[in-house]
Amino acid sequence: MANKKRNTILFVILALGLLLMFFASISLGSVMIPVKDVFTSLTGGHATKSTWEYIIINYRLPKAITAVLVGTGLSISGLLMQTLFRNPLAGPYVLGLSSGASLGVAFVILGAGFLPSFLSVIALSSYGIVLASTAGSTLVLLLVLVVSQRLRDTMAILIVGLMFGSFTTAIVSVLTYFSTAEQLQKFTFWSMGSLGNLSWPTIGILTTCVTIGLLLSAKSIKPLNALLLGENYAKSMGLNFKQARLVIIFATSILSGAITAFAGPIAFIGLAVPHIAKLTFQTSNHTVLFWSTLFFGSIIMLFCDIVSQMPGFEVTLPINAITSIIGAPVVIWLLVRKRNFQ
Amino acid sequence: MIRSILNTSNLNIGYKSKKGVTTIAKDLNLNLDSGKLITLIGANGIGKSTLLRTITGIQKPLSGNVYLNEKEISHYKPLELAQNLSLVLTEKLPPSSLSVFELVALGRQPYTNWVDKLSNEDVVKVQEAMQLTQIEHLASKKHFQISDGQLQKVLIARALAQDTPLIILDEPTTHLDLLHKVSLFKLLKKLTHETQKCILFSTHDIDLAIQLSDEMIIMTPESIVQDQPCNLISNGSFNNLFKDEHIIFDAEKGKFIVN
Repeated sequence: MANKKRNTILFVILALGLLLMFFASISLGSVMIPVKDVFTSLTGGHATKSTWEYIIINYRLPKAITAVLVGTGLSISGLLMQTLFRNPLAGPYVLGLSSGASLGVAFVILGAGFLPSFLSVIALSSYGIVLASTAGSTLVLLLVLVVSQRLRDTMAILIVGLMFGSFTTAIVSVLTYFSTAEQLQKFTFWSMGSLGNLSWPTIGILTTCVTIGLLLSAKSIKPLNALLLGENYAKSMGLNFKQARLVIIFATSILSGAITAFAGPIAFIGLAVPHIAKLTFQTSNHTVLFWSTLFFGSIIMLFCDIVSQMPGFEVTLPINAITSIIGAPVVIWLLVRKRNFQ
Repeated sequence: MIRSILNTSNLNIGYKSKKGVTTIAKDLNLNLDSGKLITLIGANGIGKSTLLRTITGIQKPLSGNVYLNEKEISHYKPLELAQNLSLVLTEKLPPSSLSVFELVALGRQPYTNWVDKLSNEDVVKVQEAMQLTQIEHLASKKHFQISDGQLQKVLIARALAQDTPLIILDEPTTHLDLLHKVSLFKLLKKLTHETQKCILFSTHDIDLAIQLSDEMIIMTPESIVQDQPCNLISNGSFNNLFKDEHIIFDAEKGKFIVN
């Protein structure tokens, strides 16, 4: 079929694009490093300057890998939510999952002072933050799910997400009253979002969480296709709806929870990328959408990362600002052409 | 050869709530045979949906049994039930960019593997379903680009692709004009005769149902009767359908007239 041929070509282009972006993200940065030295460092050789080698291996490579993990994870969780909620505007940020995760992290970072010292050490470790963040995002997702059972209206669910956002901000500002300047700084930096600063072991934790989330999402491809016709049709086609929904919720929570814990609340990627994939491939088939969302997610996240530290610039812009600048217009555009909502 | 596909024995339908038990109908002994087009009629709010929900296994009966292919319906696993019973519902489809072909192909879900890949047999079944409903020319159109009448055919094709001996439709003729209502009725009639499936559907188009269905199930507050349309006319079952002195059933013309 013509579609199949077109899809194959598109996927080849996307794969090449991903390779290119990945390499570009490693090559570009505030320090100019010749392409040849980038290659030698990556392949285990010695670059002309040992500082270059250090920058590549311990700074840029982990950051590029984080960008790929964050981009794929958030985009896939957005895709799952859009189908589950039958809502084209669903996504981890818009539905307040990132806010929930923020709240969890805020309690841990800002509230650690209230805990006995041995507990605060555990809480502030990478595991503690991941747990708090995932718990926060799961809680919000469950609340949204309860609300969405009662309100079938698309917009009402989004407003509920917005309210969770405001609620979180309020709680966080209360917490800041009782926290030290140092804690506050730590939380503020976290909330601006950052792909750097991740050590190799923390990348290991993030990779594990994202892999679990992606495997569960892949398992949900068939249920998601059935859900395109709505819950009742899906059930009539033999879907165990409750079980499928549980798997989808768990997958989205672990993806957005773990990612938010390490990279901060990153806006719009989860909402915008699935739409870019849907528009490019002109399909609702989740087998195709799963892979295309994976590719688009990592490519766009790598692109945002490159923009956030333009060569020649001394400073690194917060990644959250970049994704919002790109993502917000996409959302407005989607709303405007709502007639053909996917 | 005619065989019984679904039958109920001493079925009591209704629902339980905190306030107590509400019974809608008692002692139902319905029988749905292969190769027959059967319509379910009754006034609004009489409990047609409850009856359909009960015989499709979505809702538990108050007492009694529903047998699908001689097996109690509550004993079916979801996947197995999906291979024996398919539905066409009234609800609006959620937004998506499914093409007509993809939508019909979703009917193959009970047979596909975990990544939902269509085998050659699946593709053949989908094409057959689209041929029978005459929607092949729409295959690559998106489902939101076609008319209500065409969409209804697409949904029927999806149910056909699911390859079940019994198809149940909930008011498929609503929102259609007379021309499309008639063509849909004729399509359903043709399908029952060509595929030997049993098709049951609820409708408010009583005149058409009398002319085109093999059997009818009439729901009134007092009773639920199942018979051939001509028998139902001669024994006066239609007279009790609406509790209104201005609506009278004319047995000779076979339709309702407003007095």
